[in-house]
Amino acid sequence: MDLVQIFLNGLVLGTLYACIAVGFSLVWGVLNIINMLHGSLIILGGYLTFFAWHYLGINPILSLPFVAVILFSLGFVLQYLFINKVVTEPVLTTLTLTFGLDMILYNIMTVYFTATPRRVTLDLGTVSLLEIVMPVDRLLGMVLALVLTAMLYIVMRGSRIGRAIVAVRMDNQAAALMGIRVNQIYAITFGIGALMAGAAGTIFAMVFPVTTNLTGAFLGKAFVICVIGGLGSVPGALVGGIALGIIESFSGFLLGPQHAITVGFVLMLLLLLVKPTGLVGKRGYE
Amino acid sequence: MMRRYQPFGFVLFVFWCAALLITPMWADNYVVRIAITMAMFSAMALSWNFIGGFVGYPSFSTAAFFGIGCYIGALAQRADAPMVASWLIATIVVAAFAAALGAIILRLKGHYFAIGSIAIVELTRLITSSWSSVTGGGNGLNVPLLGGSPDEVSAFVLYVMTVVMIAAFIVTFLVDRSRLGFGFRCIHQNEDAADMVGIDTTRYKVLAFTLSALFCGTVGAVYASWVGYIDPTDTFSILLTVKVPVMVLLGGAGTLFGPVVGAVGFVFLEEVFWANFLEWNRAILGFIIVFLIFFLPNGLLRIDYKRLLRKRTGTVTGAAKS
Repeated sequence: MDLVQIFLNGLVLGTLYACIAVGFSLVWGVLNIINMLHGSLIILGGYLTFFAWHYLGINPILSLPFVAVILFSLGFVLQYLFINKVVTEPVLTTLTLTFGLDMILYNIMTVYFTATPRRVTLDLGTVSLLEIVMPVDRLLGMVLALVLTAMLYIVMRGSRIGRAIVAVRMDNQAAALMGIRVNQIYAITFGIGALMAGAAGTIFAMVFPVTTNLTGAFLGKAFVICVIGGLGSVPGALVGGIALGIIESFSGFLLGPQHAITVGFVLMLLLLLVKPTGLVGKRGYE
Repeated sequence: MMRRYQPFGFVLFVFWCAALLITPMWADNYVVRIAITMAMFSAMALSWNFIGGFVGYPSFSTAAFFGIGCYIGALAQRADAPMVASWLIATIVVAAFAAALGAIILRLKGHYFAIGSIAIVELTRLITSSWSSVTGGGNGLNVPLLGGSPDEVSAFVLYVMTVVMIAAFIVTFLVDRSRLGFGFRCIHQNEDAADMVGIDTTRYKVLAFTLSALFCGTVGAVYASWVGYIDPTDTFSILLTVKVPVMVLLGGAGTLFGPVVGAVGFVFLEEVFWANFLEWNRAILGFIIVFLIFFLPNGLLRIDYKRLLRKRTGTVTGAAKS
């Protein structure tokens, strides 16, 4: 029974991880940018959700669309005004730029919101089945994470914007010749990345306390998941996220919780060397 | 183009070293600390320049090398090794670590290399903080204090750091002029072509990576002796690992003097903002980075000052004609 419980914990955590990584993976895949802002954007989403709940009494599920719109706009503007200017530069430049932007956002958050850990407590109780116990808020988080990831998948596959993003990813010059405004698509993609980060933050705030001290940890998770799952695809992020969740859960049980994160990083480095395209990675997109 | 500036640059560099070395004679401990920080970051920036500037690989492992240097130096000293010997041990261990690591992760390119090198920092930090029986874990490690008054200690550390900086500079100069530096630049321009014309790219890259770690190890060990207490979050910090490349970019990547100019400029700005905007210093550093990327993409030393002047005089004469 213990093993089933650990597996389920890992699975629930993994779906949340998938939600964290999917936006990061999209930005990396399409824009070829390692987005160091991702961790801070997640925390920003989490804080906005918390404040909406704490001061205005808005349920996180209701505030999710608003958080999504705010984060999308922020991401769109950042990309349109700043990152687009250097999008073709080598990774050293783009990574450093997003790190600089991250320092600014992080500082704004610590000054105005402080680093106090905050959590939305919904008190939904737990469900148990044959000795397996699962808090309802975690299950809700898992469902929300899966719904969001599925929605992104559908948007990428079915909508005009999604197809344009995929086209830009495949060949941005050809896409430009077909009449796609590449710079706008870049901004929209980054906006979607930020949106997914914010949504992941909302879900996290319902399940765990969020604080600005966690930005680095979330960013690290996104790295690991992208490398495990492969770049720039929604199924890749989902597989990578769930794999990491289950691995962390089991290695936490076997080796002690302080080693769970280390195992993830070791695995990532090994995979980078053996199979940099990830478990389900391929060159195209969807 | 660059060569013409060099005699002037060398004179300036000698003056700069002299200026650093005489600070304890006229200034208080605060200024000496800034001088130490400048020498320390100059040495690390010069190191990073080998892999990031010459070879053009976006390495973000600096903090891992620095941190391992700190810990090896501290552990050696705690095991009663003489101070200078422990610094040397740290240097050698870090160099060996970098050579072994480089042979593995230098097969990656571009974004994957960047991510891999950042992951090394995280991994070394996590291992250090969970291996408490040796490293003291999150509680950190006390290092035997240097004898003498605070002023004497600072002056001594300053001399050592300046010597490390000068050593890094001399190695950079030698590499710059040698076959090795030529090979590094070839790899930067086109790795496949460099391989084709007979450069052993793997060996060159590993060498560059090792050189980029070497002095970071020494600096780390000296830093540990200086501050007397180290902990994992302080020594293996992501901020440090990005700050050093930013310094090199500020000065001019792949140049001889750029890393020193960048490190001095950056530490100076940082100090000013620390002193005046304690709460906002991180955001201001972020603004500096953004400004740097947009307005000084090639660094201070790569600006063509002559052309800037000519342009200005050109418009002046144009205005005079009309």
